[in-house]
Amino acid sequence: VQNTVQHVLLQAEDMQQQIIRETFHLVSKRDDNVCNFLEGGSLIGGSDYKLIYRHYATLYFVFCVDSSESELGILDLIQVFVETLDKCFENVCELDLIFHMDKVHYILQEVVMGGMVLETNMNEITTQVDVQNRMEKSEGGLSAAPARAVSAVKNMNLPEIPRNINIGDINIKVPSLSPF
Amino acid sequence: MALKIVKGSIDRMFDKNLQDLVRGIRNHKEDEAKYISTCIDEIKQELKQDNIAVKANAVCKLTYLQMLGYDVSWAAFNIVEVMSSSKFTYKRIGYLAASQCFHESTDVIMLTTNQIRKDLSSPNQYDTGVALTGLSCFVTPDLARDLANDIMTLMSHTKPYIRKKAVLIMYKVFLKYPESLRPAFPRLKEKLEDPDPGVQSAAVNVICELARRNPKNYLSLAPLFFKLMTSSTNNWVLIKIIKLFGALTPLEPRLGKKLIEPLTNLIHSTSAMSLLYECVNTVYIDVNTPPLPSLSLSLCLYLSLPPQLCVQKLRILIEDSDQNLKYLGLLAMSKILKTHPKSVQSHKDLILQCLDDKDESIRLRALDLLYGMVSKKNLMEIVKKLMLHVDKAEGTTYRDELLTKIIDICSQSNYQYITNFEWYISILVELTRLEGTRHGHLIASQMLDVAIRVKAIRGFAVAQMATLLDNAHLLTGNMQRMGICEVLYAAAWICGEFSEHLENPMQTLEAMLRPKVATLPGHIQAVYVQNAAKLFATVLKSQEGNTDSTAAQETSQLMIDRLPLFVQSANLEVQERASCILQLVKYIQKLQQKDVEVAEEVSALFAGELNPVAPKAQKKVPVPEGLDLDSWINEPPSESESEDEQPKAIFAKEEPKHSRPRREEVDEKELAKRREARKQEQANNPFYIKASPSSQKVYQEAPGVEHIPVVQIDLSVPLKVPGLPMSDQYVKLEEERRQKERAEKKKKEKKKRKEKRSGRGKKHDSGPESEEDITPAHQVDIVTEEMPEWSIITSYIFIKTKSYCVTVHVCSSRPLADSEKLPVRSHRAAEAPKSPTEDGDATSQEPKKKSSKEKREKKKDKDRDRKVRISTGLFLCLLGNHSHLILVSSGLPGINKCIQKSKLVFCFLPLTKVYDIQGNLQDGSQVVVSVIFENKCDSFLKSMEFNVLDSLNSKLQRPEGSGPHDGLTVPFQLPPGVSNEARFVFTVQSIIMPQKLKGTLTFIVKNEDSSTHEKLDFKLHFTCTSYLITTPCYSDAFAKLLESGDLKCSSVRLEGVNMPFHHLLARICFHHHFSVVERIDSCASMYSRSIQGHHVCLLVKTVSIDAKCDEPTLLGNVLDEIKQTFSQC
Repeated sequence: VQNTVQHVLLQAEDMQQQIIRETFHLVSKRDDNVCNFLEGGSLIGGSDYKLIYRHYATLYFVFCVDSSESELGILDLIQVFVETLDKCFENVCELDLIFHMDKVHYILQEVVMGGMVLETNMNEITTQVDVQNRMEKSEGGLSAAPARAVSAVKNMNLPEIPRNINIGDINIKVPSLSPF
Repeated sequence: MALKIVKGSIDRMFDKNLQDLVRGIRNHKEDEAKYISTCIDEIKQELKQDNIAVKANAVCKLTYLQMLGYDVSWAAFNIVEVMSSSKFTYKRIGYLAASQCFHESTDVIMLTTNQIRKDLSSPNQYDTGVALTGLSCFVTPDLARDLANDIMTLMSHTKPYIRKKAVLIMYKVFLKYPESLRPAFPRLKEKLEDPDPGVQSAAVNVICELARRNPKNYLSLAPLFFKLMTSSTNNWVLIKIIKLFGALTPLEPRLGKKLIEPLTNLIHSTSAMSLLYECVNTVYIDVNTPPLPSLSLSLCLYLSLPPQLCVQKLRILIEDSDQNLKYLGLLAMSKILKTHPKSVQSHKDLILQCLDDKDESIRLRALDLLYGMVSKKNLMEIVKKLMLHVDKAEGTTYRDELLTKIIDICSQSNYQYITNFEWYISILVELTRLEGTRHGHLIASQMLDVAIRVKAIRGFAVAQMATLLDNAHLLTGNMQRMGICEVLYAAAWICGEFSEHLENPMQTLEAMLRPKVATLPGHIQAVYVQNAAKLFATVLKSQEGNTDSTAAQETSQLMIDRLPLFVQSANLEVQERASCILQLVKYIQKLQQKDVEVAEEVSALFAGELNPVAPKAQKKVPVPEGLDLDSWINEPPSESESEDEQPKAIFAKEEPKHSRPRREEVDEKELAKRREARKQEQANNPFYIKASPSSQKVYQEAPGVEHIPVVQIDLSVPLKVPGLPMSDQYVKLEEERRQKERAEKKKKEKKKRKEKRSGRGKKHDSGPESEEDITPAHQVDIVTEEMPEWSIITSYIFIKTKSYCVTVHVCSSRPLADSEKLPVRSHRAAEAPKSPTEDGDATSQEPKKKSSKEKREKKKDKDRDRKVRISTGLFLCLLGNHSHLILVSSGLPGINKCIQKSKLVFCFLPLTKVYDIQGNLQDGSQVVVSVIFENKCDSFLKSMEFNVLDSLNSKLQRPEGSGPHDGLTVPFQLPPGVSNEARFVFTVQSIIMPQKLKGTLTFIVKNEDSSTHEKLDFKLHFTCTSYLITTPCYSDAFAKLLESGDLKCSSVRLEGVNMPFHHLLARICFHHHFSVVERIDSCASMYSRSIQGHHVCLLVKTVSIDAKCDEPTLLGNVLDEIKQTFSQC
């Protein structure tokens, strides 16, 4: 699952897919013990841009940034984002992200807005997300009636994730990123 | 109604929600597309319902499908519907969908303006927040214009949550609607001091982004940021601020000094690696920029780290096992490389080691660094290493990168580091074996460049190219689409043009006429055909020398047999050339049959040696008297020119192929440039789909160099192009050559040492040779320099004979002895230019005029000189501008043969220079005065000290720590007859008035037996003209400037000037640093610019000058000076 989607600002769908595929291809073949930076190819906007990613078990979190961002800072930001996910989903796992893409987006929107870093303080982010979720609940929510999915997901017996998000070996494949 | 609602919610029970959709897709791995299309049908049904909850659910699912790459733009209107729901849950879904799917061309966006405005002013802060977030993704110029005011109000919202979002989104608004920047900026600035750290950080973020685009406008915020930097504890904010200062310091050097302390504090106190890295990084970029070398040093001292040590620290980073630090270390190193190349060069081993790293990001960084570390000594070694990498490299991108780097490294600064061009040619030839590279062009242009400019190498190059042509099938094979066959273009051309070097021209001719050539791209075939003709001429010449005439006839027959293939070519260029040459050869054959000797005439077709010409050379050719380049030869037709131009442009693209090589090369570059531009455009164009060059499958299937399919087909041919020397050989050879040279040198040195054992005791180090010791084996014709300056002199030589008043100040300290007395002080006689060309031109042009004038002048001078007693024969000529300069030095800065017979002469040739060529207004207060000191006496001069009495307005820049009255030591000594130049920087505050500065020069005159201390007074004359810089100006910009109304007007009459108008113009240009903007008959507009950015515009007519300038005093003075120039002629 990649979060480049958010950062590649609204290209035409096919272009967007191609960028994601290309990025996934670039990132996934890299060893764990190489650096977390990739120089920008022409696809992501030229030499001023870099791909900065972190790899957690089967998940890659990829940010595409220009030279106005600090490389190590973005690595920290990814960590903040993942920790926030962990808090909001209570021990996040891959399936949480797959089935609740909308929620992931809402959280991401509290961290990054329109391609710019909005908030880096994890507590602040979680507070805001929580308040909004509570509002949703009070309105009855979208998923109030059919709670099947939620319960189904919750009932799945998934390994616990340790605090530092070294997600264990989950034998579920990343949803197909190249469906065609 | 109630029933309907109940029914709706029951329906919803059976609708799929997002989770069901995801699960469904996962369960339908095989027929995913089909499953999704049924889902989309369902969604369409759901969207048709009135129930907003159902619609929201559908939109939510659509958002997910959009993420998977499905086009959902058809649902844009439904998204707007969901956005306008009053419930937060649905609103959020709607905005999320909008932020994902909307883009500028989505037409329903304009329907959203009012909805967004309503949401922005909603009492619920989260409604506002959601709207802001969504808007940040799809804001259009229209939305930005309509909503800018609402967002600006939100910047002062009571809730920090909204404030920070509003501040951040302002950046997007500025981008789309730049007019909003000015009114919003004060409020944005306020937010820098917002009590909430989040808002503060957002404001810093926005201003940093803005400053990245145009740092100059944000200099005024520096103090504010400075305060923030010392007070803030938020690492994000600190990093941004440090980055911002990185952009600001080059504009305001004083900032650098102030930054040292807080940065150092941060470096010592922070525990965050990211912040530490940014600090060190910025310290280096900021402080090491040229204006501040001393500062960087002081900083290093402060941190107790000399530059080398800093690099040492980076080395530790690079050697770290953490690959991220390694990468960042290399990144920082490449920044230091720009300022301290020496200290980085010593870490070559480390960089080369990084080339072997398994991580491509790190390898690319290391490659970048390599560029700056080559020297004559290590070039071959480094390139050899790179060649190894080329062979090993997997993936065409990295390999191409290596290839361009190799060529970059070798060709940098005019092949400065190449000592053996045979080696370089063979490297290029080896590179042609690269499979699938896109850079055939690059290699080809290098081959051409080297072959043309390094005459000594031509023989070798031709032999190599002939082999290449012979083995052309290896290159072309199945790689038509790749660029590598471009090298055949170069090969064919080189073989044709320098065919006299060919050992076996006949064989090459045959190779060029092979039927397979017809499969090459058209432009290459065209070159083949043309150069086959050149070769044919050479072959004929050699064959006609023999008694047997049949051989020559056979050659003609060969041409006649093979050329028809090209005549049939679909490419116009090839066809045309081939049929032309075919007819020619047929005619030749006829002549041959009549036993007529034709070889001479045929080769005359291609006679003429190729001389590389500098691109700027044309400018230097003087325009002959009476020729007006601007006048029409034929009156232009009334219709617009552009239409005529167009067809030309179409042909011009094909023309380069048969044009002369120099032009061809330019075109090559031009083409590359265009290609680059196009690539850039394509890369930025989201609708241009590029083939992905490196998908994994391609990797696995792509054969390595060893498995080129051609080889399998043509088993008799080994892969390594036969007869081509390996570049490695050269490394050895070169080593031997250098050793030999060294040995010889040592021998000589020994001899020398024997001869003068009591010499200066300079030790010759027998250790590693120094850079200078390596002499190149071949010489490159360097033609990038301009032609010698003499052409200027020929145009203006007449000026010299007219005299001007010189500010000469002669001092006397003791009476002259009779023997020492100078008989004549004749400037004019001393003007005799040095170079023979000059001399010839000067004397032949106006010898009579000159001599008569000279006489008069001499007389005057004599009189004057006699009045003054000159002690040691010291002169000081102080010159304000070129008009004065001419008297002393024949009009050229640098040529400086003043007064003969006087013992010692100092000539001051002030050259005003802007400190920063970019026209940085802040630095427009600096004037550099170049002074040439020439020792005309027989004694040794030393300990020269230059001092000027500062005025309020102008100050000599002295090194830090010295008092305002201390002199500057001239950094050299002068043996008899030697001259040298020193530069002094003055800070001038106001440039609107001319100024004179008094100064003294003290020095010690050392004779064999005694030494005396001497002092010399002088005046330095800064005219207003010397503050002007010749600046070209286009006529439309000029017109705009005049229209602007900011300029004050003034005019001056030129009395009694009777010289041709173009002389008049030339004179104003030359003496007063103007450039002609436009000239119509005897009326011309001229432009110049002062170092502080004042515009000076002139309208010159034969008798008067109307002038405009934004500074009336400056204008008045400049006009006075112009008038003076003309009153003296």
